[in-house]
Amino acid sequence: MELLAFGDTGWGDELFYATLMTIAVSITAMFVGFLFALIFTPLKLSKNKFLNFIANSYTTIIRGVPELLVIYLFFFGGTGAVMFVASMFGYNEYIEINAFITGAFAIGIISGAYSTEVFRGAIQSIDKGQFEAANVLGLNKFGKFFKIILPQTLRLAIPNLSNVWQITLKDTSLISVTGLVEIMRQSYIAAGSTRDPLFFYSFAAVLYLLLTFVSMKLINRLEVKYSRGY
Amino acid sequence: MDLELMINSFPKLLNAAVITLKLLSVSLIIGLFIGLFFAILRLNKNIFINRFAYGYSYVFRGTPLLVQIFIIYFGLGQIEYLRSTVLWVILKEPYWCAIIAFALNTGAYTSEILRSAFQTIKPGIIEAGKSLGISNKVIFYKIQIPIAVRQSLPAYGNEIILMMKGTSLASTVTIMDLTGVAKYIISTTFKPIEVFIVAGGIYLFMTFIIHNVIKYLEKKYSFN
Repeated sequence: MELLAFGDTGWGDELFYATLMTIAVSITAMFVGFLFALIFTPLKLSKNKFLNFIANSYTTIIRGVPELLVIYLFFFGGTGAVMFVASMFGYNEYIEINAFITGAFAIGIISGAYSTEVFRGAIQSIDKGQFEAANVLGLNKFGKFFKIILPQTLRLAIPNLSNVWQITLKDTSLISVTGLVEIMRQSYIAAGSTRDPLFFYSFAAVLYLLLTFVSMKLINRLEVKYSRGY
Repeated sequence: MDLELMINSFPKLLNAAVITLKLLSVSLIIGLFIGLFFAILRLNKNIFINRFAYGYSYVFRGTPLLVQIFIIYFGLGQIEYLRSTVLWVILKEPYWCAIIAFALNTGAYTSEILRSAFQTIKPGIIEAGKSLGISNKVIFYKIQIPIAVRQSLPAYGNEIILMMKGTSLASTVTIMDLTGVAKYIISTTFKPIEVFIVAGGIYLFMTFIIHNVIKYLEKKYSFN
């Protein structure tokens, strides 16, 4: 137990901050994923074949390639890409991108591909009559979307988004390969310096279980909230 | 774009893909047995057996695969007792540690898939079997299993693809699978995009094949 003490003697505080880091990366990645879904869901539902093709390529490639490979692409390629863009604006110094940004972006793109599929499915399963009713009420485009379609989409999407959140949360463990100090990386460091990998990796597993357990409880509440009236 | 690098690395990556497929197939076969075993436990009426099976699937589905590999590869070696048993022959090999982790992981997901498949079988079908005087064992093997297999094909197809992507984590314990070799080439040439296109393309091709085989099986075993 003294291994987990807070302060200089144990790893308690380090692991606590690492857990906060895992939560922060997961939430950022999920948010980035929503932004991607916001762009790609309409493309997926569009009647234009070219836009369709772009959206389908995104979801197929990202969901068919291992997460770790995507992370390596961003980790090794991110700096180069940013420096290339910067050089076009006449900036030629070396730029190092922060591991948090690279990681949250890489995981975000992955979670975005899954979210896009979830939103597409949810919108498609909304009854056609709802769109027609919205039209009849004379609402403008925004009113139709935000007052009628979105609330119903959320109700249908929450159970699947909950799965996407779990995947995203677990995927963040892969960012440890880039050196970002989240739960996995901190456990690796602690295991190395104390030569007690069994304890620290098991403890990491417990931390992840705790995170998934708590988020399940919170999501269940959301589900109840958005299912009112059904 | 460095086309030459892409052409040169293709055979190396293809060879590594064979290792990925080996890891995948061995883990899936072992995982299927584990999954079936725990699915049957989940359907047991004894609350302890039931809870035990649920706990297994909860833990393995709720933690990252990377943690599971690290516990088995780095963690179990720490136990003195294990080092003196025959098990150590297996546990000191990163290859087998990865397979144990993969099999236990996919077993957890498979047990959930099979459990829900068994639960969708209408009681009337089993009763019909009983009224024909067929023994419970035969009902299980000839009626319940075939129906459950058909029910679970779409979900299991997804699981195979997820597991194939999961095998990329073997590279974190020094196994040179497709991702491992890709990372090695990237870190020596610093051409991530080119290598990603080739390695990613091979992964996508494998996904495509698996997807279509499952689709074919679904059609073949459907009612209509």
